[in-house]
Amino acid sequence: MLVHGQIWTIKQLFVYPNEYIYWGIQIVMYPLMTGLVAGAFVLSSLYHVFGVKKLKDIARFSLVFSFALLFIAPVPLLLHLQHPWRGINVFMTPHFTSAIAAFGIVFSAYGAIVASELWFIYRKFFADTALPLKEKADKSLGEWIKFLIFCTLTLGAYDVSEEALKKDEKAIKILSGIGIPVACFLHGYAGFIFGSVKANALWMTPLMPVIFIMSAIVSGIALCIFTYIIAMELRKWAAARKKPASRAYPQSQEEMKSAEMSVIKMTTKYLLYFLLFAISLEFLDMVFRGYTAVKSWDVIRSVIYGRDFTNIFILQYGLGNFLPLVLLLMPRLSLKRTVVATVLVLFGVFMMRYNVVIGGQAFSLSFAGYMEYHIPVIPHNWDTFKEGVFGAVAVGIAPFPLFWLFNKIFPVFDFEESH
Amino acid sequence: MISRRKFLKNTVKGIAGAALPIAAIEFIDPKKIFAEKPDAKTRWVFVVNTYKCVGCGFCVKACKTENQVPYDAKVTRTWVERYVVLKNGQVFADSPMGARDGFTTSKIALGENKFKDINPKDIDKAFFVPKLCNQCANPPCVQVCPVGATFQLPDGVVLVDRTWCIGCGYCIMACPYGVRFFHPVYHTAEKCTFCYHRITKGMKTACVGACPFGARMIGNIKDPNDPVTKIIMTERVAILKEEYGTKPQVYYIGLDREVK
Repeated sequence: MLVHGQIWTIKQLFVYPNEYIYWGIQIVMYPLMTGLVAGAFVLSSLYHVFGVKKLKDIARFSLVFSFALLFIAPVPLLLHLQHPWRGINVFMTPHFTSAIAAFGIVFSAYGAIVASELWFIYRKFFADTALPLKEKADKSLGEWIKFLIFCTLTLGAYDVSEEALKKDEKAIKILSGIGIPVACFLHGYAGFIFGSVKANALWMTPLMPVIFIMSAIVSGIALCIFTYIIAMELRKWAAARKKPASRAYPQSQEEMKSAEMSVIKMTTKYLLYFLLFAISLEFLDMVFRGYTAVKSWDVIRSVIYGRDFTNIFILQYGLGNFLPLVLLLMPRLSLKRTVVATVLVLFGVFMMRYNVVIGGQAFSLSFAGYMEYHIPVIPHNWDTFKEGVFGAVAVGIAPFPLFWLFNKIFPVFDFEESH
Repeated sequence: MISRRKFLKNTVKGIAGAALPIAAIEFIDPKKIFAEKPDAKTRWVFVVNTYKCVGCGFCVKACKTENQVPYDAKVTRTWVERYVVLKNGQVFADSPMGARDGFTTSKIALGENKFKDINPKDIDKAFFVPKLCNQCANPPCVQVCPVGATFQLPDGVVLVDRTWCIGCGYCIMACPYGVRFFHPVYHTAEKCTFCYHRITKGMKTACVGACPFGARMIGNIKDPNDPVTKIIMTERVAILKEEYGTKPQVYYIGLDREVK
């Protein structure tokens, strides 16, 4: 009879009988997805709170994206639960000494902030869409549905006077200001879930939440740049196919391109700052561990410099951090180079999560044995499906169609902002 | 129109009125009630005499049967570890199948079906160490459970509610002793309960009953006449992994520094 975790765990030397890699790929995806949520939000706040004007275009884009990612963030957690349908128990009997118990509250608070910020930003658009439809006498079925959706979304607030919009602007600024600490908390607390496990020698460090926040911002910005470029390319392609002056695509290709490049240059600058900070923290952690060399250091060293060397130094730091750093710092940044760099950064953050979650379980609690993780590729039951390559890829892809769907309600391009 | 004075007055009254029922709630704190009951005169503890253990594995067999942990599943509520310390300082340890079938060969299991044959002449010392849940006084597993499905009773035993556990595995991660696992049938967190269903009826635990050499003992540390209490109070006993601050309540006689 197979035990949960047994199928993807290979034990070497002395490992306690009950030890397996219980936290698999979905727990790697969980901090990755929450990190993207928080990072995308911080990027949008750079414009809304700090008034970095050049980021105006990408700010709206990343806020909507953050909202789409938000719905996917709890999915890996649910998929990893042995009793997913009991997940609601966390809300029903939250046990507050547990870091996970606060998840529902932090998550809902953050969701409420993003939703209300979006509402204030898009309020004028909702009203402008709903009002003409309201007056139209013979609505078709499609128009009826559209009218009902947008009419509901306005929440009865049709006032789009200059004065009302000024108030909206103020609300957006406040919400986005509150949102930054909440977003950081949302993810810092994911770091706390790991950092506070005293039984795990690799996880236990007070730096964990801060490292998580920094790498979260890095990944969020990278994903927004990547998606932004892809979306702009699609728009350019669409604009080229249609007549240049068509109503849906008012800008010409050249205009779009130059606007895009200036936004991207600015955003990559922020990406670089946060990336450098994240790397410094991770190195500080590693140096400190080696220098203090407590009881667990022997086994941790053998994991970091031996078993996981490729994963940590070649894939995470080399391919995921150093190479994109060089690519972004080299002069005459091009779109293609940015795409490559952001994909590498995202891969690097994924590897960082992987090396923390799986790496933390690579050695036994006995400090005298090792566990090797073999991710299930071809699923042959529900467990290997949801906690294998399929489950992870599904979670990774899911935000994109959701973002596309949200874009129908909160259009991120071609829309005059209320302020 | 309400005056400011009246408003402040009413506010104070309101707060005082609201505080009263809150105080009442604190008054009926279940922990205090438990403490006042004669029941609280019990704190279950365990003593393992490693000198007496021969690694037969009868305790593991008995535990698996008694507590319905599937016999062939590679998880177990209690297990026995074998340590072999060589003259050159090397230490080998293993616990194949949790020592369910005892240690039938002198070869040390290294995992992945590899074994190490050790020349008896090279051995400095070798011994067995039974392990089970430490029913810690400061249990990290209870602390991290997000839904309160695992809880500590006033008599010290930590239990899991199989109907409420969501199976997140956080408690498994939090236990420094590796005593927790997912039950292969119920898919909820599972652990040694000191055979709570037996000890509360005046019986011994299954493993204590099955041990032919008296290496395992369970007792109540709040009873000064309990033989187990006497051992803990008068003999030199040690605990596992003290550095985690979990205050484990399984005491070992003859614990070697090489025990992981």
